[in-house]
Amino acid sequence: MQSASTDIAARAIGIIDQFKGKEGPLLPILHELQGEFGYVPQETLPLIAHALNISRAEVHGVFSFYHDYRDHPAGRHVLKLCRAEACQSMGSDALADRARQLLGIDWHGTTTDGAVTLEPVYCLGLCACAPAAMLDGEVIGRLDAERLDEIAAEVRL
Amino acid sequence: MSLVHEIDYGTPASLSEKMVTLTIDGNEVTVPEGTSLMRAAMEAGIQVPKLCATDMVDAFGSCRLCLIEIEGRNGTPASCTTPAMEGLVVHTQTKRLKDIRKGVMELYISDHPLDCLTCAANGDCELQDMAGAVGLRDVRYGYEGDNHVFTKADGIANDRWMPKDESNPYFTYDPAKCIVCSRCVRACEEVQGTFALTIEGRGFSSRVSPGMHENFLDSECVSCGACVQACPTATLTEKSVIQIGQPEHSKVTTCAYCGVGCSFKAEMRGEELVRMVPYKDGKANRGHSCVKGRFAYGYSTHKDRILNPMIREKITDPWREVSWDEAYKYVANEFRRLQYQYGRNSVGGITSSRCTNEETYLVQKLVRAGFGNNNVDTCARVCHSPTGYGLKTTFGTSAGTQDFDSVEHTDVVMVIGANPTDGHPVFASRLKKRLRKGAKLIVVDPRRIDLVRSPHVSAAQHLQLRPGTNVAVVTSLAHVVVTEGLFDEKFIRERCDWEEFQDWAAFVSSPEHSPEAIEELTGVNPQTLREAARLFATGGNGAIYYGLGVTEHSQGSTTVMAIANLAMATGNIGRKGVGVNPLRGQNNVQGSCDMGSFPHELPGYRHVSDESTRDIFDKLWGVKIQDEPGLRIPNMLDAAVDGTFKGIYIQGEDILQSDPDTKHVAAGLEAMECVVVHDLFLNETANYAHVFLPGSTFLEKDGTFTNAERRINRVRKVMSPLNGYADWEVTQNLAKAMGLNWNYTHPSQVMDEIAMTTPSFAGVSYELLEKEGSVQWPCNEKAPLGTPIMHIDGFARGKGKFIRTEYVATDERTGPRFPLLLTTGRILSQYNVGAQTRRTDNVMWHEEDRLEIHAHDAENRGIRDGDWVKISSRSGETTLRALITDRVSPGVVYTTFHHPTTQANVITTDFSDWATNCPEYKVTAVQVGASNGPSDWQVQYDEQARQSRRIKILDAAE
Repeated sequence: MQSASTDIAARAIGIIDQFKGKEGPLLPILHELQGEFGYVPQETLPLIAHALNISRAEVHGVFSFYHDYRDHPAGRHVLKLCRAEACQSMGSDALADRARQLLGIDWHGTTTDGAVTLEPVYCLGLCACAPAAMLDGEVIGRLDAERLDEIAAEVRL
Repeated sequence: MSLVHEIDYGTPASLSEKMVTLTIDGNEVTVPEGTSLMRAAMEAGIQVPKLCATDMVDAFGSCRLCLIEIEGRNGTPASCTTPAMEGLVVHTQTKRLKDIRKGVMELYISDHPLDCLTCAANGDCELQDMAGAVGLRDVRYGYEGDNHVFTKADGIANDRWMPKDESNPYFTYDPAKCIVCSRCVRACEEVQGTFALTIEGRGFSSRVSPGMHENFLDSECVSCGACVQACPTATLTEKSVIQIGQPEHSKVTTCAYCGVGCSFKAEMRGEELVRMVPYKDGKANRGHSCVKGRFAYGYSTHKDRILNPMIREKITDPWREVSWDEAYKYVANEFRRLQYQYGRNSVGGITSSRCTNEETYLVQKLVRAGFGNNNVDTCARVCHSPTGYGLKTTFGTSAGTQDFDSVEHTDVVMVIGANPTDGHPVFASRLKKRLRKGAKLIVVDPRRIDLVRSPHVSAAQHLQLRPGTNVAVVTSLAHVVVTEGLFDEKFIRERCDWEEFQDWAAFVSSPEHSPEAIEELTGVNPQTLREAARLFATGGNGAIYYGLGVTEHSQGSTTVMAIANLAMATGNIGRKGVGVNPLRGQNNVQGSCDMGSFPHELPGYRHVSDESTRDIFDKLWGVKIQDEPGLRIPNMLDAAVDGTFKGIYIQGEDILQSDPDTKHVAAGLEAMECVVVHDLFLNETANYAHVFLPGSTFLEKDGTFTNAERRINRVRKVMSPLNGYADWEVTQNLAKAMGLNWNYTHPSQVMDEIAMTTPSFAGVSYELLEKEGSVQWPCNEKAPLGTPIMHIDGFARGKGKFIRTEYVATDERTGPRFPLLLTTGRILSQYNVGAQTRRTDNVMWHEEDRLEIHAHDAENRGIRDGDWVKISSRSGETTLRALITDRVSPGVVYTTFHHPTTQANVITTDFSDWATNCPEYKVTAVQVGASNGPSDWQVQYDEQARQSRRIKILDAAE
């Protein structure tokens, strides 16, 4: 346990040092940490605060403002379904229900086998191809029930 | 009597000198450019409804309640964020605005509990006021929807609901009542500068979070109370208000802790203190406070307070309660007996820096007129006496040169041997505010204090010198200034003696004062020192703030003079934003010095050898004052051990705990035949006392305190003394018992006598203080409203005097037996010997003194964090627990001295300042080693203290 958290700290400090001299470094650091670990380990927030000479409250405020940042690890895949107005008008609500049923999890949940995490997202900027989704960073347009079933099967492989 | 009402203008004042005129609701208003429309309206007496705005913090524009309409402009802008402009025509109440406001309030109230009648803020709630102001009658949305209010909805737990956080001993955080106006967050950032709070989440999930969703006590919160003051609802509420209810009247008074001298409103219900709220018109604090002044007043009603006079023949006897008359008679007889038996000079007195000017004046008058000698001294002896000496010699007055507002105009701040965030927190907040606006900071301190690096503040240079080498470092700063030609020749030629300057310049320029030459001695990197000197000399307005880390050394006075030299050489005297500013430790240490508490000085710093001054008092008091200085505290103790000093009257000072070399102090006290302690509690000194006279708190008397900026602030009585008498009355009754004809009926009469006899106070009277709030001395014909900044056109002594400051190492040296240097300091939550703060909930932050030690030194000695360690010096030894930290350098250890069980002063030596005898607390050579627990001395001392505090229970006469 000890060595795991020391390892996280060491890797986090490497990332923080890389960005701390840049202008407005907090968001790039949080991005990079999430990229590195798949989430932002909470024990890294005081390290960021110390390096940037801001309070840990401030780091927490920014971290918690953005839904995209996770405070715990996600599944091996992350499926994001758009729930904003344009996608809703093209039937995203029904797809969302289907997805939850197929995977057996609610929003922000991860399947018990750790395969996939389901997250809502409010607009992917892909309204012209609504309903939209994003799987592991790749956008998917014109999502329909069939494609969703495929995805659900794919991520479980 | 009613509550002192303060107007909330909604946004801070604009400092612009350009004025603009506009019309608000048909009224023409002229305000400085940059004033918000909200503030402009309030200036005209028109209150725009608001929730997220308050004039302690910048406008935020989030509550959407303060909207207004401007003719010729579209929309409904927020009045807090819209600046006033010439010719605007503004309406604050139109049909459209009323509808919007009502709608906004409906939304707020739909997620707020409707328990107004049982709410602690009932009667003092801005949300309640605004609901009334906008005419809210119903809430169309109902209360059943998503909310933060109810623990359960339809039998299912509401996961938006959060329980109350009651971790802080003084206030509660009830998230259910929060409207997320972020006033608390902004107060913590802008006013206090700690940044302990944030808004976490977003949208409907937004809420106030201390630290990273922690409770208040575990977060970075320093409990200054700014957030509680800013909160418009009952979300953040003083526990005392929850317990007692709303106050019904208040009086403005002055805090009795540190030398900042914050003004507070003491809010009362009858004679019960409900809370202390910082006063916005207070010129020292400008509406801010710290955990001590704001919350730590519980000692005033603590059960340990002694309320009846007590006597005992021997210090091994238990105390016996007596009547006041018997106590006075006993003291008068004893002192007369001692003087008859051992001579006139065998008794003396110590005035208190915790008491008022008037009380201090009376104690020194009692000594000079009643005892007939000059054996009077005060605790400034052990803190800022070198300031008095050094600044008097160089500038001509024994006081700081600026007011606290001056820091707002400073470009480069040099903090030497002071730790403002702990010792002078309200000043630190004002300083940090200026630093966040871009001023540069140089810290000269052996320890990495918080100012060196804490959120949004970082020192440009930190000269981490070895304790005891101040003179070398400051002289070397001057070396750089002079040799690199950075001095202000024009200023020096105009204000100082050019010949003297040249002599001094030649002295500091010599190579042995160069940063490179002193590095080995001081441990300061020469390049850092050079950069610091250049920054200070060329960075604009340079101000020096210093504390006891400068004065409490064998060369304390020399360092003060070196600082004065540096300020003069760089032309940083006599205007806003510059100056030499001693941060005074105690609420009235400046005042007690002003009032003639020193054995060589009559009130107003006039030497007792000066016949014309003596003459004034001789005539008024009908006595003949001795023309030779009396004994200083250490001399009194020495004389006691020698058997020539036999009796002492100590008002409000615990010399056993606060003075150096505890064993010597104890021996001195033990040798006396009549020790009279006048205090709130049976303090450590009282263990050696024969008579105990109960004291009164600052809440129980009228008077004045003089703070570090020479500001004379009123102290107002808000409750009757529990012990029956204010301290000045006790001193007067004692004087009467000794045959003096004193008939003061109010402290204002004492102040009138001070004004009559002391030129620098000539203009001071209670009427003037009532009118002006406060004044800074000198206050006389030349400056009828006081003097915020001194030496504006010339120095008080004429020409500023440059003095050679040769570094002489202290005799207290490290060696093989004592290889480490101990230095001492304070912590935020505790105050000095802790007699007061230890009797409040402040102990939650600091329940014991710890020894800070560098990991390197700890490892060598096999010490782990939290271990009991023995610390020993040439004087003695004590034990406490270690705290391993990199705040101190290897070779240096540090501790606080707030707890009597630690007895840090058992270790400190009797070396002292060459000029003033101020003890060298800040440097002691010590050894640290593992220990199993308290030292023999601590065990013995505890037993003796326990024995000594016994009070004989008299047979109850039922």
